[in-house]
Amino acid sequence: MDFTQLSLYDQAILLFAALILFTSFIMLAQPRIVPLIHAFAWQGVLLAVTTTLVAYATDHPHLYISAGMTFALKALLIPWMLHRLAVRLKIHRDIEAVTYPSLTLLAGASLVVFSYYVAIPIVQLSALVARNAIAISIAIILLGMLMMITRKKAISQVVGFMSIENGLFFAAVVSTYGMPMVVELGVAFDVLVAAILFGVFFFQMRESIDSLDVDRLNRLREGDE
Amino acid sequence: MTAVWLILLIPLVGIVLMALIGHTRVAGWFNVTMSAVSFVVSVWLALIVYADGPLLSPSRMLYIDAFNVYLVTLTAFVGLTTAIFSRPYMQHEVETRQISKGRMRLYHSMYQGFMFAMLAALTTNNVGILWVAMEGATLATVLLVSLYRTPEAVEAAWKYFILCGVGIAQALFGTVLLFFAAERVVTVRDDALLWNVLYSSAAQLEPTVLTLSFVFLLVGYGTKVGLVPLHNWLPDAHSEGPTPMSAILSGLLLNVALYALVRVKMIVDGSLQNHLAGYLMMAFGLLSFTVACLFLHRQRDIKRMFSYSSIEHMGLMTFAFGIGGPIATFGALLHMTVHSLTKSAIFVTVGHAAQIAGTQSIEKIRGLIRTQPTVGWGLLIGTMAIAGFPPFGVFTSEFLVLVATMKSWPWLTVPLLVGLAVAFAGLFRHIHPMVYGDQPEGQVPVKANMLPVMIQLGLVLWLGIAIPVFLSKWFEQATVLISGSSPL
Repeated sequence: MDFTQLSLYDQAILLFAALILFTSFIMLAQPRIVPLIHAFAWQGVLLAVTTTLVAYATDHPHLYISAGMTFALKALLIPWMLHRLAVRLKIHRDIEAVTYPSLTLLAGASLVVFSYYVAIPIVQLSALVARNAIAISIAIILLGMLMMITRKKAISQVVGFMSIENGLFFAAVVSTYGMPMVVELGVAFDVLVAAILFGVFFFQMRESIDSLDVDRLNRLREGDE
Repeated sequence: MTAVWLILLIPLVGIVLMALIGHTRVAGWFNVTMSAVSFVVSVWLALIVYADGPLLSPSRMLYIDAFNVYLVTLTAFVGLTTAIFSRPYMQHEVETRQISKGRMRLYHSMYQGFMFAMLAALTTNNVGILWVAMEGATLATVLLVSLYRTPEAVEAAWKYFILCGVGIAQALFGTVLLFFAAERVVTVRDDALLWNVLYSSAAQLEPTVLTLSFVFLLVGYGTKVGLVPLHNWLPDAHSEGPTPMSAILSGLLLNVALYALVRVKMIVDGSLQNHLAGYLMMAFGLLSFTVACLFLHRQRDIKRMFSYSSIEHMGLMTFAFGIGGPIATFGALLHMTVHSLTKSAIFVTVGHAAQIAGTQSIEKIRGLIRTQPTVGWGLLIGTMAIAGFPPFGVFTSEFLVLVATMKSWPWLTVPLLVGLAVAFAGLFRHIHPMVYGDQPEGQVPVKANMLPVMIQLGLVLWLGIAIPVFLSKWFEQATVLISGSSPL
């Protein structure tokens, strides 16, 4: 199908989907902590804008609440908390060496291709936008997981974790115009609590292993040591 | 209707109450009382459902049928017995490990928080809320796993948090896909995640989307069930956290995650009209079962060993639900009950054993039966029960599962039997010296209340000899719900 045949609204959604995916790649490649948190915040902003757009174009007023929540939580509160923690733990100037950066990005690109492959069966079922949205949200989830695998610092793993949540939220908004309000509130509450707990954990980790390097967490092994 | 709301309200009040007084000496008693009231209400609820059949709250938020009502009662019961155990146990831990008041407050408050999350997951009618509650259970317990603040405990908690968080995120994606398929079919959009609506309109849901959705849900809730290869968090969290936590994680959390999976499978089966979901569950279940049986032999930490035993049994249940016939389903439901009762009893005993020896290392725990006969015997009988000795209930349920396997997949009985034998050998080669063995010098008994253990093992024995009528009626109704036909 030709993109020019789509309505302006659909084209805008696809553009934002691409931008959100792009921020995922930025996070994957960003070795410095503070810009990483900023990239995460931008992803939150883009999500909120997309949600507002969907709410306006499809006339689902409850999505305005979701958009507001996303903006407050994912674009402001959680990045602010992470930033403050990074400063308090004095890791905000750290540069984390990403091993094999080009290989990681290539792996990320193949994950996107793979996600489109996974979404093929849904092709017959639905509109172009929803189809793309599902493929892209799978890609964002997988990229978040890839980031958690390739990073050693607990704080970048948390950013990966939160961007997985972003991917889930994106899927819910674009393919189904948002989950029922109760569920969305519940999920947002869980994310908020998780973010707070992560903060508590950073201090516990620092107290017990004197570092935020997850590689140092290697005492528990199977069987004979 | 009051009973259903009360069962959620009590632990909710418990969270606040324990947050206020959780550090005091009476807190343990309050925890027991709250859990006892929950249990009484759950029995009341069970009686209502027994008399009137399935219950749907007017707002359609809560739904109780034969499948979840017995799990509610079981959850409340194990919550009560573990609370009874946790009172003297945690007092001992406070004295020996210097746990601060704040952490005790956290412990008690989150104990109730965990119970709330479990009961909410079980009673809700909304597949999305089910997810929220499952994630809530992780959040409630994650700080408890790191309660001792040793590097190992922090590591275990971090792994638990990350692996379960990421894992269960997959389940949320599966839920989104489920909603995506359902909102095309269901007239009122907000109803599209209600379980009873989904179940009744399952046949119209798009099979391709549901297949994709089930794969994500299986990976997601499978992480929580502890299915191999997503099990890594489980032995760590169980061995490093406080023992009452291990008892309720093994006895309840794994069950509820499996419950979520089976609920979803019921919808997916209705849409797919083939056995794909069952095959996937069988494969994952059998893999978990086999791997866990083998790993049992290599353990050095007693709590780790029994957590592998949990993986083994959860694998077996997943396998049985995967087979899906009436006999296998009945067996799996029974196995859920007896495994919960036995495993939480074992963890209670193991907790006392570790306090007697002052360590969790299998090599250093010796001569329990001479130091404190009740603990020694408890461990021995509990292990016999979990290894599937007749006449205990685990034997009955495993036997049913084997019969069902022989009927539909004869060649799969071989790995099952071999696995059971391997697991049995693995358990007993470790247990025997711990129970008999030479008693180390200066080993003294600890203050232990073995009554809950005796009640639980007694119940398992009873279920092995004769299943009471009301329970078999529930299991039968649940079997009809899940597999479509009655086993009897």
